[in-house]
Amino acid sequence: MSNTSFVARELVAERAAPVRSTGFVGFVQTRLLNSPTNILLTVVSLLLLWFTIAPTVKFLLIDAVWQGQDRTACLPENVGHAVGACWPFVQAKFTQFIYGFYPEPERWRVNLTFLLGALLLLPLLIPRLPAKSVNAGLFFLAFPVVAFFLLYGGGINGFGISWAADFLSTVAVHITEIGRRLRSMGLLSDIAVFGDLLRLIGNGIVAFGDGLQLVALPFDWLRNEGVNRGEPVWFELAATTITVSLLVFLSNGHVRNGWRALASTIFIFIGVAAVIALLRLDRGGLPIVDTRLWGGLLVTLVVSITGIVTSMPVGIALALGRRSTIPLIRLFSIAFIEFWRGVPLITVLFFATYMLPLFLPGNFTVDGLVRALIGIALFAGAYNAEVIRGGLQAIPRGQAEAASALGLSWWKTTRLVVMPQALRHVIPGLVNSFIALLKDTSLVSIVALFDLLGQLRASFADPNWSTPTTLFTGFAFTGIMYFVMCFGISRYSLFVEHRLNVHRRS
Amino acid sequence: MATSTEARKPPLQLVAKLRRVLGGQAGWSGFVLQIVFVAALVWIGYEIVENARSNLAAQKIASGFGFLSNTAGFAVSQALIPYSESDTYLQVFFVGLVNTLVVSLIGIFFATIIGFIVGLGRMSPNWLLARIAGGYVELIRNLPLLFQILFWYLAVLATLPQPRQSISLLDSFFLSNRGFGLPKPIGTEAFTAFAVAVIVAIIAALVLRVYARQQLFAKGRVIAVWPATLGLLVGLPLLTALVLGTPVTFEYPVLRGFNFSGGLRVLPEFVALTLALSTYTAAFIAEIVRAGVQSVHKGQSEAGASLGLSRGATLRLIVVPQAMRVILPPLTNQYLNLTKNSSLAVAIGYPDLVSVFAGTTMSQTGQAIEIIAITMAVYLVISLVTSAIMSAYGWRISRSMGA
Repeated sequence: MSNTSFVARELVAERAAPVRSTGFVGFVQTRLLNSPTNILLTVVSLLLLWFTIAPTVKFLLIDAVWQGQDRTACLPENVGHAVGACWPFVQAKFTQFIYGFYPEPERWRVNLTFLLGALLLLPLLIPRLPAKSVNAGLFFLAFPVVAFFLLYGGGINGFGISWAADFLSTVAVHITEIGRRLRSMGLLSDIAVFGDLLRLIGNGIVAFGDGLQLVALPFDWLRNEGVNRGEPVWFELAATTITVSLLVFLSNGHVRNGWRALASTIFIFIGVAAVIALLRLDRGGLPIVDTRLWGGLLVTLVVSITGIVTSMPVGIALALGRRSTIPLIRLFSIAFIEFWRGVPLITVLFFATYMLPLFLPGNFTVDGLVRALIGIALFAGAYNAEVIRGGLQAIPRGQAEAASALGLSWWKTTRLVVMPQALRHVIPGLVNSFIALLKDTSLVSIVALFDLLGQLRASFADPNWSTPTTLFTGFAFTGIMYFVMCFGISRYSLFVEHRLNVHRRS
Repeated sequence: MATSTEARKPPLQLVAKLRRVLGGQAGWSGFVLQIVFVAALVWIGYEIVENARSNLAAQKIASGFGFLSNTAGFAVSQALIPYSESDTYLQVFFVGLVNTLVVSLIGIFFATIIGFIVGLGRMSPNWLLARIAGGYVELIRNLPLLFQILFWYLAVLATLPQPRQSISLLDSFFLSNRGFGLPKPIGTEAFTAFAVAVIVAIIAALVLRVYARQQLFAKGRVIAVWPATLGLLVGLPLLTALVLGTPVTFEYPVLRGFNFSGGLRVLPEFVALTLALSTYTAAFIAEIVRAGVQSVHKGQSEAGASLGLSRGATLRLIVVPQAMRVILPPLTNQYLNLTKNSSLAVAIGYPDLVSVFAGTTMSQTGQAIEIIAITMAVYLVISLVTSAIMSAYGWRISRSMGA
């Protein structure tokens, strides 16, 4: 019988205690100094920090000059030691960095716009607060209009009826013109069948244009009525309110369920009336401040926020178009997206600034800022489209199939089932493209718009403030502003992402 | 009530097919929608062309590409292909294109190196290093690129000392506010032979590698390639140099008057642009690298270790190829972005395509439509070609991994 059991004869030697991994000492031992390579890396890192952070802090705070009237305050010979940041320069140029050359007495308008925007945006960002849809509606639809009349000024001569009449008659005239040309080409054509076909199409188009003209007639008549009565804006507002409310009431299930929709429509029009009355839009409104005078942070925010707001619908439309089953629409969307994504933003801005005016009718001029905005909206829209498409692809087919099994139309399926989920999926991607947009708005300074960066460059040209450290101070200040904005947005997006993914964490 | 179970007649195949072709899944309504859509597009296109024609006529600008053969008459501060003021706008276009490509390639080179270093640094077990790398990424990514370009150009390079007090290294590299001066290599008669030797060595090394691999797979013989490769790559060119004399001599920059003469002079605009482009793009590449390496499951490297592979071999043979699959597509995007961003050169006056062509040439000729169309087309072609190359490479990788 073999002895297979084993009994230890002596005690096993004590092992060394494990390295402490908690507390400061433990932390240093395990994360910084646990191997020769790591010690080396730590030393290199410390050196790096010493050569970057220390001079920065010294420059921005310790050696900085805080008070002064002009450049002499920031010269080393007057201060007596090496001079760091010249903060009086920033103080002197601060209003320019914020407002550009916006006239001094009118700056309250900019402040009011900033304040309104902040008041509407903050509750939108805090998830706990109620009435998100009203809030979003106010911020995305009402605020831009109010901001436009506040910042730019000016009033309106008519309301919905005039606009509809103008739009319809212009389109009708153009379409009739095309039809006439086609018809005359058809008459001149040598090939009989082709000529007949052209004539036929031309006649059809002319008829369509004439029909449009007929539709425009009642609008024209109503407009004239308003002008005759002396208060065209209010007359047209009332007429538009009645028409639109009736349409909404009828299309939302009239007597049975239409009341709610009717009430909200009337409420919206009362809001519009309040804005018109408050800003006196019917009497010319506030004095006009040309966009050439705008600048600084104002332009940066206007361009980026308008870009964000306008690029979303463009992006959604293009994303849906790219996934559409209708061949030509899909093809067009793909070509459009790939084109804008393949070219640099600066050429897009050049395109908008120099080429766009050539494409518009000669009597129709577009403001420089608006031109840049159009370019940016198209550019950012193409990028957003790809992000949103990713979200759409992440939605299982079953969702749309279930919706269609319930009898929802394609539009309702997209609006109520697919799109909300898709957008929720791609919030990080969208925020990324918004940050990119915010940074890219600095490019408008190349096409002669003075945004924050453009204003910074302009401020360097002032001989009153030319000191050895003016440049660095200016860049430090602007850099901090950009960093705070972009970093804030990215942190906020992380927060939202976490909140939305609560159900997925387990 | 048993009528409803009767089989329905199948739809006409021809009509169904036609419907499908013309309207996609949406059928006839899709077809109608397409017609309306195309009609609207045609109408917009017609309006654009008509307006452009009448506007150009009013400004008395002749459309067309005839202006390309006119004399440009302006100087360009950096031309890597022959160019003088009496050359045509077409030549200006090529000068700008070459400058764009050069700054993009050099930027891509440095961005990749810095990006991989920072990305690996972020994953370092060393806490401090990881934080520094993270701080770099956050700082750089949250500042506009144009801001960074202007910072390097206006604040850093322009405040460097005058050429007289320039910072010099070994008396052959000089950094001043006029740019970066470095020795210029000049080929001697032996240069051709040297170049041939280098090419032959490279080809021989590649052939050797293929042969070794074939031997390994066919007979299981392991041939150590690297000594022979090293010998070929160093020895052959060295031998030619010893036999025929040095292939290149260097012309050193010398301070004459207020500026350097001789040597290679790199424009400060170029330095600023390359610096900004590569550090900016590197921050994005770093994140891509991190995502790629972290996407490879830990079990993969553990499996490698359990097979007895060394740490380096595990990385090289197991982790990196799999990470590459994740890294490559976004890396391509970053390369494209860098190329497109190089157009910001126009802000500091580096003579790239946008600056000399869409800038100076356009303001001289007024041919906005043609010039912007050409410029956009060039970037589109660059984008498409780059993504084609990269997707071919990605396809190769995915094929070699059987996935």
